[in-house]
Amino acid sequence: MLEIRGLRKRFGDRLAVDGVSFELRPGEIVGVLGPNGAGKTTTVSMIAGLMRPDEGEVHIDGRPLRDDTDPAKRRIGLVPQELALYDELSARDNLRFCGGLYGLSGRALDGAIGSALGLVGLQDRAAHRVGTFSGGMKRRLNLAAGLLHGPDILLLDEPTVGVDPQSRNAVFDNLEALKRQGKALLYTTHYMEEAQRLCDRIVIIDQGRIVAHDTLRGLLRLLPAANRLHVELPATPADGAWLDDLRTLPGVSSATLAGDQLAVGTSTLGPTAARVLAFLEERGLPCQHVHSERGDLEAVFLELTGRRLRDS
Amino acid sequence: MSTLWAVVRKDLQLFLTDRRAVLMHLVAPVVIAGFMGFVFSGSSGSGGDRKPSRVAVRVVDQDGSAISRGIAAGLAADAMLEARPAAREEAREDVRRGRVAVAIVIPPGFGQAAGAALFRPAGKPEIPLLYDPSHSAERALVEGLLTQHAMQAVSRHAFSPSGVEEQMRSLEDAPLEPARKAALRTLLASAAALGATGPGGGAPAAMTLPYSVRAEAVTASAQVPYSGYAHSFAGMSVQFILFAGINMGVAMLVDRQRGVWKRLRAAPLSKGFVLGARTLSGALIGFTTLCVVFAAAVAIFGVRVQGSLVGFVGVLAAFAIMASTLGLLIAALGRTPEATRGVSIFAVLIMVMLGGAWVPTFLFPAWMQRATLAVPTRWAVDGIEAMTWRGLPLASAVPAIAVLLGFAVLFEALALLRFRWEAD
Repeated sequence: MLEIRGLRKRFGDRLAVDGVSFELRPGEIVGVLGPNGAGKTTTVSMIAGLMRPDEGEVHIDGRPLRDDTDPAKRRIGLVPQELALYDELSARDNLRFCGGLYGLSGRALDGAIGSALGLVGLQDRAAHRVGTFSGGMKRRLNLAAGLLHGPDILLLDEPTVGVDPQSRNAVFDNLEALKRQGKALLYTTHYMEEAQRLCDRIVIIDQGRIVAHDTLRGLLRLLPAANRLHVELPATPADGAWLDDLRTLPGVSSATLAGDQLAVGTSTLGPTAARVLAFLEERGLPCQHVHSERGDLEAVFLELTGRRLRDS
Repeated sequence: MSTLWAVVRKDLQLFLTDRRAVLMHLVAPVVIAGFMGFVFSGSSGSGGDRKPSRVAVRVVDQDGSAISRGIAAGLAADAMLEARPAAREEAREDVRRGRVAVAIVIPPGFGQAAGAALFRPAGKPEIPLLYDPSHSAERALVEGLLTQHAMQAVSRHAFSPSGVEEQMRSLEDAPLEPARKAALRTLLASAAALGATGPGGGAPAAMTLPYSVRAEAVTASAQVPYSGYAHSFAGMSVQFILFAGINMGVAMLVDRQRGVWKRLRAAPLSKGFVLGARTLSGALIGFTTLCVVFAAAVAIFGVRVQGSLVGFVGVLAAFAIMASTLGLLIAALGRTPEATRGVSIFAVLIMVMLGGAWVPTFLFPAWMQRATLAVPTRWAVDGIEAMTWRGLPLASAVPAIAVLLGFAVLFEALALLRFRWEAD
C-alpha cells in the first residue's frame, strides 16, 4: 500500500534521514522507534508531503506521490506530534476546518465528524471549546482530525506525548480499532513499551538510518541472550579466572561484573539460573539478591547502537 | 470552493471568538478618530463651522502713548486673539512656562518714534516679540495681526491734527533736503485737511487694509462644511486595519508553531491556494471592520460620503485587500511571532505616519509630500477623503484603487516568492 524508497534529507551539514526504506501494508501497524532527533519526524514529514526529500520516493499502490496537489494525498491522514488544533474553537469547528481542507462539506462532513468523534469518545464534547479539554482529550481529538477524510494510511507522529496512562490506553484502543478496519498505520515513538504493545513490525532508526527492521520477535532474536540474570554478590570479588569459568557453563551466553553486580545472559532462564547460583556458592560467592529480566527493545537498541534509547 | 470556505470560515470564527479583541478592533479606531477629529476640527460643537481656538498673548505696554494704547486696544478686540496686559517679566515667564504662545512688548518712546518713522525710514522703533518656539505658527499669526493693528493705530494718530502738528514741528529740525521737506509739508497739510475727522464726522481717519477677505471653504458643495472627523476616521481606520493585517500575518506564524500548518500542507492544496485563502479572509475581516467603523463615523460624528459611494466602497475594499497581503508578506518574511510583531508594528507606524493618517500630508516638506506617494497608506487616506468631505466623483477614486491593488499584487507576489512552504 505505502512504500518508502531510499528517503534522504539533509539540513545544512546534518544528514537527518539517510536512505530510509520500508513498506506499510493494510491492516498493520508499523512502528518507527528511535531516540529524539533520530529522524522519525522528518521521515513522516516527507511521507506526508510536508517537505520534499532530497532523494527517494514515496509510493502509494505503486504510484509515486508527486506534487502538493496530488489527489493521492487524500489517502494519507496525518496526526502530527503537535496538538494542531485551535483552542479558541469548539471540537466540531476544528474538525469542520480539517475536513474542509479535503473538500468535505454538508452531510458528508457532518457524518465524518460524528464518526470521528464517536471513535475517540468525544461526541458529548463536540460543542465545547478545545481550550477546556484535558491533554488526553486533545490528543484524541488530534487523532480524530486526521481521520475525517477517511484515509486508508494513517501517519501518527508520537501521538501520545504528554498523555496520562489512561488516555494513552484510550488512544491505543482507537488505533487497534482502526487496524481492525484495515487501515495501515505508521506509528513513530521513542517509547519502546508502545512499540512492543502496538506494532506488528518495528523499524528501529538511529541518526537517520534504519538499524533494524523486523517483528518484535525477530528483533529480540538479535539479542545474544533472551534473558538476563542479575546477581548481587556479598563484596566486589577480584575479577579472575572464575568469571571465565562461569562463561563456559551450559546456557550462559555472557557474563559481566560491575562492582558487586554480576549480569549473566542466558537463553534458558530456569536451568541456567540454578547452575549459576550453584557455581557461585562453590566459589565462595553466595548470592545476596537475584532478579531476572526479559530482553526488550531497549536491549536491542543497546545491542545495535551501543547506546540506550532514553539516553540518546 | 468548500475548501476555500473552510479556511475563510475558520479565520472568521477565530476573529470573532475573541470578543474583546473584536471590540478593540471596532471601538478603538472610533474613539481615537473621534478624539482626533474633535481636536483638529477646533473647539467644541458640531459640523465644520466651529470657531477655532483663540491664541493667548500678553501685551506689555511700556510706552503708555496714545499709539501704544491704540495697539493694545486693537489686539484686545481681535477675535483671533485672547490678549491680556502684563508686566514684561510676567509676560516672559508666561511664555517660558507655555501658558501663552507670544508676548508683545511695546517699548518706551514707541509711539513718538513710530509716528516719525511713518514718513521717514530712519529711526524705526523695535517691538520685541517673545514667543514659545514650539508655537511658531501662532507667532506668525500674531505678527501679522500686530502689523495690522500697529499700522491702524500709528496712521490714525499721524493723520490727527495733533499728530500732523507734531510731524510739522519735528520736520523743521529733520536732516532732509529742502525739496523733500517741502513735499512732506504738503503731504501733512493734505493729511490734516483729510483726516481732521473721519468719514461722517467720526474719529480721525486711519490707514486701513485696502481689501477685505471673504474666505470660502472648498468642499463637496457650499452647504457641506469641512469635517475634521472625515480625515481622522480615514487615518485611524487605515492604521487599525494595518494592525489587523499584522495580526493575520503573526497568526500564520503561530499556526506554524502549533502544527496547524502541517495539516494544511498534508492536504492536497497548493501554496497559491492556501495563501490566497488567507488573503481573502484577511480582506473580508478588514473590509467588514472598515464598514463598521465608518458606519459609526456616519452615525455618531456626522461624516458623510459626499462623493461617489461606489468609489468609497472601492477604496475601502482595495485597502482591505492591500492590508491583507501586507499581513501575508509579514508572515513570509517573519521568523517568530514575537519578533515579527515588534518589527511589523514599527513598520506600520512609519507607513501610517507617512501616509498622513496622523497629521495631514500638506504639513510635510514638499519633497516628503512627493515621496509619500510611494506609500500605500497615503493613497488610502487621500482616496477616502476624496470620497467623503471632498465630494469627488468615482473617477477620482480610481487612481487610489488602482495603486492600492497594485501594492496588493506586489505584496502577494513577494509573499508567494518568499514564503517558507515546507513545514518546520
